[in-house]
Amino acid sequence: MWSRRRGHLRPTVCGVEELRRRRREQEAALRKARREQQLVSKRLLREDAPEEAGEGCVAAILGEAEVQQFLRQAQRGTEEKEREGALVSLRRGLQHPETQQTFIQLEGSMRTLVGLLTSNQALLQLEAARCLHELSHSEQSTIAEACLPATSYLLTYLSGHSSDFIELCLYTLGNLIVESEAVRRQLLPQGIVPALAACIQSPHVAVLEALGYALSQLLQAKEAPEKIIPSILASTLPQHMLQMLQPGPKLNPGVAVEFAWCLHYIICSQVSNPLLIGHGALSTLGLLLLDLAGAVQRTEDAGLELLACPVLRCLSNLLTEAAVETVGGQMQLRDERVVAALFILLQFFFQKQPSLLPEGLWLLNNLTANSPSFCTSLLSLDLIEPLLQLLPVSNVVSVMVLTVLCNVAEKGPAYCQRLWPGPLLPTLLHTLAFSDTEVVGQSLELLHLLFLYQPEAVQVFLQQSGLQALERHQEEAQLQDRVYALRQTALQG
Amino acid sequence: MQLPPALCARLAAGPGVAEPLPVERDPAAGAAPFRFVARPVRFPREHEFFEDGDVQRHLYLQDVLMQVADAPEKPRVPAFACQVAGCCQVFDALDDYEHHYHTLHGNVCSFCKRAFPSGHLLDAHILEWHDSLFQILSERQDMYQCLVEGCTEKFKTSRDRKDHLVRIHLYPVDFRFDKPKKNRSPASAEVPGDSGERSEGEAMEICSEPVAASPAPAGERRTYSHRIPSTICFGQGAARGFKSNKKKTKQC
Repeated sequence: MWSRRRGHLRPTVCGVEELRRRRREQEAALRKARREQQLVSKRLLREDAPEEAGEGCVAAILGEAEVQQFLRQAQRGTEEKEREGALVSLRRGLQHPETQQTFIQLEGSMRTLVGLLTSNQALLQLEAARCLHELSHSEQSTIAEACLPATSYLLTYLSGHSSDFIELCLYTLGNLIVESEAVRRQLLPQGIVPALAACIQSPHVAVLEALGYALSQLLQAKEAPEKIIPSILASTLPQHMLQMLQPGPKLNPGVAVEFAWCLHYIICSQVSNPLLIGHGALSTLGLLLLDLAGAVQRTEDAGLELLACPVLRCLSNLLTEAAVETVGGQMQLRDERVVAALFILLQFFFQKQPSLLPEGLWLLNNLTANSPSFCTSLLSLDLIEPLLQLLPVSNVVSVMVLTVLCNVAEKGPAYCQRLWPGPLLPTLLHTLAFSDTEVVGQSLELLHLLFLYQPEAVQVFLQQSGLQALERHQEEAQLQDRVYALRQTALQG
Repeated sequence: MQLPPALCARLAAGPGVAEPLPVERDPAAGAAPFRFVARPVRFPREHEFFEDGDVQRHLYLQDVLMQVADAPEKPRVPAFACQVAGCCQVFDALDDYEHHYHTLHGNVCSFCKRAFPSGHLLDAHILEWHDSLFQILSERQDMYQCLVEGCTEKFKTSRDRKDHLVRIHLYPVDFRFDKPKKNRSPASAEVPGDSGERSEGEAMEICSEPVAASPAPAGERRTYSHRIPSTICFGQGAARGFKSNKKKTKQC
């Protein structure tokens, strides 16, 4: 996956600072887009042949006359090389939004391009497809919509055999899909779902990765839960997707990442998750989690979190389904190793990607909430202390850590006995000093459970100035009642 | 974050379920003002909880995260020619050849040498153009299958099917892989010009003469299916050539 990545046209001389700055800008733009629920990203396949790079990094914008000339040459040239060359020139020009606009405004241009796309000249076909791919990268939905006449052919070619060509068609489709609802409205009746279901049986890794990408874009559409996901679930796609996620020698990380994200979009839309559980999603994803933890231990491979994130999300959301209990689903995920794996991943996130800690803790919550067995594992595997070490990371993380601890404590005296003595009480005294109301609130809940099931803790609490720690919050509206109640318990106990 | 050393060993060992400690809840645990209830949490699609992970995902898609490896140069090999009889294409890269082969020799009709983009379309073509039983049956029942994979509709005529493709599946009216068969004897050459396509330069999926050669002699074309080698045509000149042939030579 990583080595096959095709690069952007990008100036090669670029300082580290410059790269970091660009990345920060990009990240800020993405965050803004997500908040506006407009998160759209595309993948561009561009082959930088050495000759091209040598001619300077930026191709020139083409004017109307030039576009027309290249099209004519491609269509009517006598020499193969000449026709191909004309399309290459057109394609380079189409890297520019201005040329893209010029192209779509030119009468008959798309028709000509589609003609070349469907010609029997294999290399012309490829170049025409590359031109379409450039167009698909546009951020203007008018340009995506101008590509509508080509979609039936792109779909038809998915059941061909030329893997490079299929890959290109898939990325192009994926880009068009995400840009325009009009495109999606056409692709569904044109049979994109059965086409993908047939194509997913390809043995080519690059094709599968491209398919996963296209599918993930389709599933991200805002109308997906009503209009798209039902037909996906009714097809053979879910079984194939899960197959791609099974750990083993055939697991390809690039492919798995795409399909894990596809699965996440399906699951969090909550259309028909019991169906997925029926297909063994929980056990497949559980095994994948174990595999990821193993991989994390073996290598410093950056990029594993790209796969870990959607896997965690899928598991967490699936665990909330009632079907998990009834369909023997809970049987699928009772293995204690899942907890061990999760902590290995939490440590990895702590070091490499702290922003993913909440997602990992979310899974831990969903695992432990209704499971005495998993709570017992936390205790017997000595994981309480590592958990406490996460508290300083952020308020969100603190609340989640405390919630998990409450999950354990609320199961009764047998559990609280194992929580005390130990670092828990001093830690709670510490979190009581936080200013964040939610953190303090969750600490109060945990204290309450600890006092209830392990009364000996009260004395120690008082000795360590617990009352003063409590009283700090007695004016806070959200905390008052609980502070008062705890005070009473402490003074009476 | 320090993990206990035994944890890795636990992961490596076999599956197992921890024997749970006894659960014993006191009703006072959930009594007001305390409100904690252990419960699994679910987050819907657009929840802000997903923001960080989503942003990482999109950074990846935009290829910022990973060090982008330089595109490997297409491996060049000593020039070689396509092995299919009569094909004169020469290549110096295996990828190009693979694409050429699949496009032009992959799904080829053995009767009329037309190439199709997929086995599915080839099968439909053979059935509808070269199977006499099909012709007979189609007089009594709906035999023209919808071309969209997954759609099981069948139709009485090719025209009805085209209407269905356009209306229901939003296919283009001039979809190039759905040419209606003209009612001539099967042996006659179905030439590109015949299907009413007048736009030039839009080569069809039909093979004709070699590149840069003038239109093949009309005589050969008449006994097309047997004597003409499966040469592939890349020139739009063929369309014009055939059109004029058709007008001159009324066959059969």
